[in-house]
Amino acid sequence: MSDNGPVQVRCPVLNVRRVDAYYAITVVAPGIAERFRSGQFVSVAVGGDHSSTLLRRPFAVHDVKPDYGGTVEFLFSVRGTGTAWLAERRSRDLLDVVGPLGRPFPLPRDPVNCVLVGGGSGSAPLFPLAQSLRRRGCRVDFVLGGASADRVFSAITARRIAETAVFTTDDGSFGTRGRVTDVLGRVIEECRSDAVYACGPMPMLRAVTAVAAGHGVPVQVSVEETMACGTGICMTCVVPVVGEDGVTRMVRSCVDGPVFRGEQVRFDDVGTIPFDALGAPGWKGSSAARATESTRDIA
Amino acid sequence: MNADLRVRLGALELPNPVVTAAGCAGTGRELAHFFDIASIGAVTTKSVMLEPHAGRPSPRMAETPSGMLSTTGMQGPGVDVFLQRDLPWLLSRGGRAIVSVAGSSLGEFGELARRVSGTAGVDAIEVNLSCPDPETPSGRRFADDPARAAAVVRTVRSHARSEVPVLAKLAADVPDVVELAEACAEARADGLSMINTVRGMAVDTRTLRPAVAGGMGGLSGPAIRPLAVGCVYRVHEAMPDMPIIGMGGVRTGADVVEFMAAGASAVAVGTVNFSDPSACARVLREFTESLEARGVSKASELVGAAHRQGT
Repeated sequence: MSDNGPVQVRCPVLNVRRVDAYYAITVVAPGIAERFRSGQFVSVAVGGDHSSTLLRRPFAVHDVKPDYGGTVEFLFSVRGTGTAWLAERRSRDLLDVVGPLGRPFPLPRDPVNCVLVGGGSGSAPLFPLAQSLRRRGCRVDFVLGGASADRVFSAITARRIAETAVFTTDDGSFGTRGRVTDVLGRVIEECRSDAVYACGPMPMLRAVTAVAAGHGVPVQVSVEETMACGTGICMTCVVPVVGEDGVTRMVRSCVDGPVFRGEQVRFDDVGTIPFDALGAPGWKGSSAARATESTRDIA
Repeated sequence: MNADLRVRLGALELPNPVVTAAGCAGTGRELAHFFDIASIGAVTTKSVMLEPHAGRPSPRMAETPSGMLSTTGMQGPGVDVFLQRDLPWLLSRGGRAIVSVAGSSLGEFGELARRVSGTAGVDAIEVNLSCPDPETPSGRRFADDPARAAAVVRTVRSHARSEVPVLAKLAADVPDVVELAEACAEARADGLSMINTVRGMAVDTRTLRPAVAGGMGGLSGPAIRPLAVGCVYRVHEAMPDMPIIGMGGVRTGADVVEFMAAGASAVAVGTVNFSDPSACARVLREFTESLEARGVSKASELVGAAHRQGT
């Protein structure tokens, strides 16, 4: 309807390919491609119009290209009937896609040094981010990790785009044996990083935030919460986040995120309602917090 | 032929029968990216409470066959912020507003009724009777006891401005939905919204733990549609003059026809808004086309049609 908000389109599949342990689907979706900013995601209906699998699957956007007016590529691994159905799509099949959704990664004004940290399929949104940062003259370094070699994808692309790329695997089958956070501190030092961007599972984001804080470097994290709608109405994807006013709110990952400042996410309290969160049981809240709430805009 | 889509819910006239279900459309703002929010019959806003509520811990959602289980625990900003920020936005876009209210006591329901009905532009108040009743053993809802449900409706009716219709939102997982409906009618409800989500559970077979925090969740989506249609049919049969907004798993224009034939005067789209953000506009278009294909000139002619044709 309006502005640069999300659109819902039936778009043809351009191709489906295997990328290591993942599938990548590229769809022709000019409306989404032209609005897209790195860090945003799409949600895809699965199983056809009369599917008993009602909910859309959210996927980070891995690549946007100008071909055919605009294409969008997303990655996924087969986890259940919905993603298995997606993996069986073929060229020219139509997919119902909504996007771009969520708040993008904020980009630095100046050409600073950025290290991009990804775990498993969480690496996907870092590739368009790397391109955006490069266009601004930023130095980009990658730290990508996964359980095993086939779960660290696009290593070649990462090496091509970035100044340096370091890889870790839990089983040592590729790169350094261990976690991304085992090497992150060294990378920040060696690359003189000014900012960290991270996407992956919550425990990884928590550890990355701690390492970045230890080095006095700001960190933007993109969370991967389960969600029913992706558009901001179902209220199922909430995480506790501290606002600029110091008040903790249960905010929606889909429209208030998925990108947050790492130090503002209360990682220890994810899955709970912190006692001091706005509106928690017994919460009394200052009149100031209430006043901010009414003027605070919703996405 | 252009069918006349207008429907009446007692004193309330809507330009067409397609509305949103409470908690499935926010205040309309997010869905406005996908269709003109003023084009549908009304937006029923997410249940508002007197105070801000942070809701329940996560995970709050699990997908189930043709539906989902959810437990958001009434997360919301409270009535002050709702009236200052959210409702004005909806009204500024020309949306019609049915405001769902949720209280944890009769006193709160009365205060909400007074505040909400005293605000210009509110077309109706919907009373969420699936809130836990603090005066009963834990877990019981106002809807579980027709007398308590009636007490809530009576409180809201007496505190709300008389020109604002009061709709009672019924739970279906009660011993007798007709008895509950009659109790609400007795308490001067102007209409009924039915049905709310149905309590259920899914167990994660990997962890052997309930799939949503707290165990039980509300089941919604097409999985509950026959249950909802049955409730609307039975209540319409018992009280043919009582206006009903039917809801539960509405996905297509044909589903609107089904609910209206069972006795609903308007029909709400709920969970399907999550999976198809354009659903309301699509459902309205499909409904309109189906009226024209049938040669029905007035949408309201469909109301209760299934009763007239015998069973």
